[in-house]
Order: sequence, then C-alpha cells, then structure tokens
Amino acid sequence: MFNRPAYLGDSRADGPILKMTGVSKRFPGVLALENVHLEVGPSEIHALLGENGAGKSTLLKVLSGAQSADAGEIELFGEPVAFATPHDAQRAGIVTIYQEFTLAPDMTIAENVFIGREPGSRLFVSWRRMAQETKAIAERIGLKRDPMTQVRDLSVAEQQLVEIARALSMQSRLIIMDEPTAALSETEVVNLVRIVRALKAEGLSIIFVTHRLEEVFRLCDRYTVLRDGHYVASGRVAETNVEAIIRMMVGRDVGALYGERPIPEHGKVALEVEGLTRRRNARDPNAIELIGISLKAHHGEILGLAGLVGAGRTETARAIFGVDAFDHGTIRVDGKEVRFSSPRDAMSHGIGLVPEDRKKQALFLSLAIRTNITIAAQDEVSRGWFIDERKEDVLIDEFRKLLSIRMASPEQAAGQLSGGNQQKIVLARWLALRPKILIVDEPTRGIDIGSKIEVHNLLIDMAKQGIAVIVISSELPEILAISDRIVTMREGRVTGEIARTAATQEILMAMMTAHKSGAPASAA
Amino acid sequence: MSEARLEAAEDRGVDVFGFVARFAPLLFLIVLMILFAAIQPRFLSQINLFNVMRQVSITGLLAVGMTFVILTAGIDLSVGSLLAFAGLVAAAVAKGGLENRFTVGQGGVGYGWFAAALAAIAVGLACGWLQGLAITRLKVPPFVVTLGGMSAFRGAALLFAAGGPISGFQPSFTWWGQGKIGPVPVPVIIFLLAALIAHIVLRYMRYGRQVYAVGGNPEAARLSGLNVNRIIMSVYVIMGFFAGLGSFVLAARLNSAEAVAGTGYELTVIASVVIGGTSLFGGAGTIFGTVIGSILIGVLLNGLVLMNVSSYIQQIVIGVIIVLAVAFDTFAKSRRRKV
Repeated sequence: MFNRPAYLGDSRADGPILKMTGVSKRFPGVLALENVHLEVGPSEIHALLGENGAGKSTLLKVLSGAQSADAGEIELFGEPVAFATPHDAQRAGIVTIYQEFTLAPDMTIAENVFIGREPGSRLFVSWRRMAQETKAIAERIGLKRDPMTQVRDLSVAEQQLVEIARALSMQSRLIIMDEPTAALSETEVVNLVRIVRALKAEGLSIIFVTHRLEEVFRLCDRYTVLRDGHYVASGRVAETNVEAIIRMMVGRDVGALYGERPIPEHGKVALEVEGLTRRRNARDPNAIELIGISLKAHHGEILGLAGLVGAGRTETARAIFGVDAFDHGTIRVDGKEVRFSSPRDAMSHGIGLVPEDRKKQALFLSLAIRTNITIAAQDEVSRGWFIDERKEDVLIDEFRKLLSIRMASPEQAAGQLSGGNQQKIVLARWLALRPKILIVDEPTRGIDIGSKIEVHNLLIDMAKQGIAVIVISSELPEILAISDRIVTMREGRVTGEIARTAATQEILMAMMTAHKSGAPASAA
Repeated sequence: MSEARLEAAEDRGVDVFGFVARFAPLLFLIVLMILFAAIQPRFLSQINLFNVMRQVSITGLLAVGMTFVILTAGIDLSVGSLLAFAGLVAAAVAKGGLENRFTVGQGGVGYGWFAAALAAIAVGLACGWLQGLAITRLKVPPFVVTLGGMSAFRGAALLFAAGGPISGFQPSFTWWGQGKIGPVPVPVIIFLLAALIAHIVLRYMRYGRQVYAVGGNPEAARLSGLNVNRIIMSVYVIMGFFAGLGSFVLAARLNSAEAVAGTGYELTVIASVVIGGTSLFGGAGTIFGTVIGSILIGVLLNGLVLMNVSSYIQQIVIGVIIVLAVAFDTFAKSRRRKV
C-alpha cells in the first residue's frame, strides 16, 4: 500500500466526494503515472498543478474514463468505481471540459447543450423544452444569448459557458476544467472566476488545471501537485505561497521569478508603423478592425503590446508581417518605407513573426525537428538546391544549446515534444533567420514555468543583441516582466504608451479598457 | 522530466510497433512472395519476376508522381485519363499525323520517338499545370478538380483519336517499352531511375522539404515564408510529367495507344502510394515505400493470375487492401499520439 499523505488526517465533517489512490499508468516505454493520489472534497475548488508532462492530463483522462489505469482505485462518494468510457464517467456525475472545446460550431447553443440527450419523445426532439431548459441553465451562469444562436457566432468565452451549461445539464457533481483560462482575456477570466465560485456555492466540486498560479490563489481551496508522473504534495492553498508551489512543481528553486531589471539603452528606430488601418469588408465581415495604429520599436528594446483578446494586437502583427492585407498606413523598417505582400517578403527584410497558435500556425507536428527548425532558413543550410545536412546539424546544435531544447535526436517528430520544447523549436526557427525585428505572439501560452522563464530570458538576451523584440501577451505579469516599454490597445486602436518602470497591472488594465486614445503617454 | 524518460525509452529502441509499422509493406511483400512461391513455383521464375516488374513499371511511374501529390494532402484522380490522352498525342506525333494511324511500321513520315516522348510529357505538364491552377487559384478541392480532369481528359482522348487506336510504331519507339538492357526490361529501368531521382529530390533537396512542410501544415508553411500555392501547383505539374512519361512507355510497350488506356489506373496508383505508407493526410511518406507498394500490388495481381483467380476478384482484393492500408495508417497514427 502507499503512504498516507499527512493531510488525510484532516477531520472533515463529510468525506471526500472523489478519492483516487495509487493510480499508475504505463505507456509503451514510458511510466506516465506512478502511485498518484487525488482527493476532492464536497464544494471544493481543487487546483491540479504540475509542469507539462507531469501527468495531469493522463490522470484526468483516467478519471474521465478516456483511458484506463493499470493500477489504483477510484472512489466516488465512497463507492469504488471504474469508468470504461467517458459516457460512464458522465453518468456518474463527472464531466470534463477540455481546453479544446468539443462543440459543434454549426449547431445551436441548445443543441450543443443537449447533444445526445435531446428532450422529447423517442422519435422527435422537443425544441421548445430544449430551448427552455437551456435558457434556465444559461441564466444561472450568465450566458445572455438566445439558445437558438449558432455556436459559431459566439466568442471563445461564451463557448466555454456553453460547455459549462452542458456539464450542468448532465447533473454533474464534479466538473474538471482543463486550463479554462488559457484563451480568455482578463475580464473574461474575472467572469469565469465568478461563475466557478457560484457553482461551488451550489455544492459542485471543480478540479481546476491552470498554468497561471495567481488564479490558484484567487480561486482555489486546495491543491495537488504532480511532478514527473509522481504525487508530490497536496494541501490548503491558504497555507502555502507561490514560491513553495513552484518549488514543488519544478523540484528546485527557480530563483526570483521576475527580478528587477533596469530599462536598457536602446538604439535607433527599427520598425515604425503609422496610421495602419484595416476595415471590415464583404469578404471578411467578422474581421477585427485596425484604426490608425501607430507605434515604434527600437533596436535593443522589448516592446510589449498589451490588450484584451480582440483588441487587434495579433491583427496588427499579421498586417506588418504581410499575412493580411491592410487598407492604408505606412510601415518603415530602419527608416525605409516597405509594404509586404507575403511573409516571405517580410522575412527578406529581417522580420520574423512567432504566431500565437503553436500547433495550428507554427509547428509541423508530424515532421522531424530538423525540418521544423530549418524550414524558414533553408538558405543558411543549403548548397544550391540541396540541403547540406552537416551545415544543418551545426545550426540545430547551436540552437539546441542556446535554448536548451530537450530532444532525443533531430529526426524525432516535433509532435512528441512537450509544449515548452515545441515553443523553443519555433523560436529557434525564427532565430535561425537572424532577424532584426522579431514579433512574438503569446510566446509562453500553455508552457510550464521552467520553460517560461527560459523563453523570457532568451527574449531579453535577443534584445541585448540589438534585435527589436515585440511581445504580444494576454498575461500582464509577463508583459510587465519583460517589456521595456508597453503600448496598450483596445478595439483596434492604440490607447496609450508607458514605460515598464511606471506601469502596474492596474494602470495597464485601465489603459487597455480606456475609451479615448492617448491617455497616459509617458514614453520611455 | 517525463520527456527525458521518453527519450531514454526511444534510445533503447523499445518501440517495436514503430519498427514493424515502418517496414510493414516490405514484410508483407516478402510474406506474399513466399506464399505465392510455395503455391506456384512458376512464380519465382526469372521470366515471371521481370514480367511482374514490367507490368508494375507504368503504375509505378505514376505512383512516384502521385507520392508528391499525396504528400501535400492532395489527390489526383485524373492520371488514368491523362495517360490515355498523352499517349495518343505521342502516338500521333510518332506516326506523323492522325491520318497514318493504322499504317504499320514504316507508314507515314513520323517525327521519331524523341519528339513523341516530348509531346507526351508536354501534354502531361500542361494538363497538370491546368489542374494546379484550378486548385490554387479557384480554390477548388483537388478531389473535385481531378475528378473533373478524369472526365475531361478521357473525353479529350476520345475526341482526339475519334475513339480509335493508333498503332504500329518504329522499333526505335517500341524499344522503350519492349526492349531490354541485359536481362532487365527498359520500362523497369525507367521506373527505378525515376524513383531514385524522386527519392533524392524529396530526401535531400530544399524543394522536397518544402513539399513535406506544405503537406504537414500549410498555414505554418505560409507563415514560415514558403510559397504554398507554388508548391501545390508544382506537385500537380510533376504528376503530369510522370503521366506523360508513363503514357509514352505504355504506348511503346503495347505498340499502340488508345483512348480507353489506363482506365481504373487511378485506384491502383493511389493504392500503391498508400500501401507504401504515405499518409493521405499529407506530410508523411517515402518514395521507397511507394516502390514497395507498387511492387506489392503487382505481385499480388500476378500471383492471383497464376492461381487462376478471376480478374473480377482481383478488383475486389485491391479495393479491400486500400481500405485496410488506410485503416492501418490511422491506427498507427493514433498509436503514436498516445505515447
């Protein structure tokens, strides 16, 4: 048997609703989970923490019936259970909301909520009842939409509410949320926190997986930390702190997360954008508009681009990089006016863009790390029309060391790496081009803390080498940690600019939600 | 770190499944050959083996081109029709015009095998280019464009030769299909040479990497500065080249070109590529696999013939095998994802 963790001695009136003990799971050649425990009490928000690859996903898959454990027991309300399929788990009251939603975009909210369980007779669906019941649930969680709206027309945050509504409609007692805040803006996170608290008040328990530790302290009651497939610790959130949790997750001290860093002297203007405007048109009626965007990025500086989701940050980057066309405005690189018709064009002027969605827009998951790193810089590793694999190996080795990428060999498929290593591969691809200007969009989304700090240090180093780095991030702590100067955007407009030393999260939030342009303008 | 353990596991080579999956087509081919040899000793005779290879060489040539197309997650259903059309054009050039189509041997003042081969290839390139244009500019899915091409090129072939065959070529022409160098039939040499060049292109050239990249993730390829449309266009042109070359060799072997040539070839060709391990979802596959896949289908059909199995049943066998090959690919993929 296993050693009873100390916290089990807690005297709680009613026992845990979920108790997983000694769960082990082995994949061919890899031990994914070894003797892992998880206990969730009634009306409890439980944070499941760990770096990527720690075994969180596997544990949750076992719990939700998507995979079976090799050993271990699951008790639900004191009864031993074993789920062969996700359907079994759902019937027992456990519903999982995955990071990538499982909604049918062309069906209505009501259909999605009741998919597979439509109310009505054996043959016919009662649309009236379905709509009524959906409406009732939607109101509970503040989803103010007609149940007959197509899911396609909803924002990401609203789609998440539909997933929650579906879980509630199944009478679930335990909801598992896998990184629910990863794709949400700050205000949407605030809303989600409110809803999760309300669900808790109704007596539901929630397992909450997140990489943002401040959310754990804002929302969760208890935590469990996993590392390398092993159980590390669990306890009350109120009795610990960020540093202790990070130590448990990483297994070592990472030093001060974000140390003091003076704003460096920067060089000449590298990139100048003036009056960049992009209107909606018939071909693209839902596009996010850009209205008169002007900004400057200097050599040797990190410019942070802050804003809520939908503020137009990504769109600005794509317009500069030649991915999307724009209506008017001028772009100057090192003082020379340019206009790119394709990414290829922009790259030839020394600009790189690390896109926001690693898997969809950046990686070739089925292809070798080799191809993933050198595909954009083929000129560097070729002789004529042929790839020179020796030159290529030298280049790959350089970046493997520089970014401490952990890989078995360059022939390994990129899809086999962890999120952090994948992001480093993408960064390596752009660094291999030796850019003058590098735009990175959400550079650390969904990667573990260890890699996150490595990526931050790398960006700071690049700026030191004279590269103009532009960082787009929805995480204000990240923006505040690494930018030298911050430009805020809202609804397609620039709303302000501030030096990092003068900025706080509160000031930035105010600037990001400000209505008038040019509020506080204390340039660096 | 768990990925460190995963690396360690891979270093030790415990991934038996991955190894088997990789060489599955080759293993299957060897098993099949042993089986046929046991049932029908005639199967292993040198004559029969070269016969199999000669039959394989035409579909094999097409399969080499098809590998490029399928690597980009595309498909070309028009190859059989294009084979017929380009073959007729080559034949007409070799005969010096349509009016001489039935004269045997020396009839008419032809333009020689070289001009005929060039004409066939030119037709292939042009038709491939047209289809590529429709796919990249009009944004019509490859399946639909080449389904249209399948019908249109067959129609063009029938129209061009008014439905009749064009036969009887100079020996210098037919040598390309019937001749031998040593014991090896010329078409086999052409096929293996083409496969070798294609292998080098895909494995060692910048262009090859770009083909895989576009197939693996077109959006990422575009954002990495690749000209995705041009690469997609190019694979259909390459497919057209191989269809043209194949049509020339086929006409030479049969000493005749006709409008119904190559009917149903698209299935055999696609099956060869898929059985060889190239993923229909793009981004994964090798020419080596395609060569094995082509030979495998040839051996299978030849063995069935030697065992006097009806040709109708052969069609059923191919149909079943292509579905099984894709099922295996899907299974292997889900298996990889779990690790």
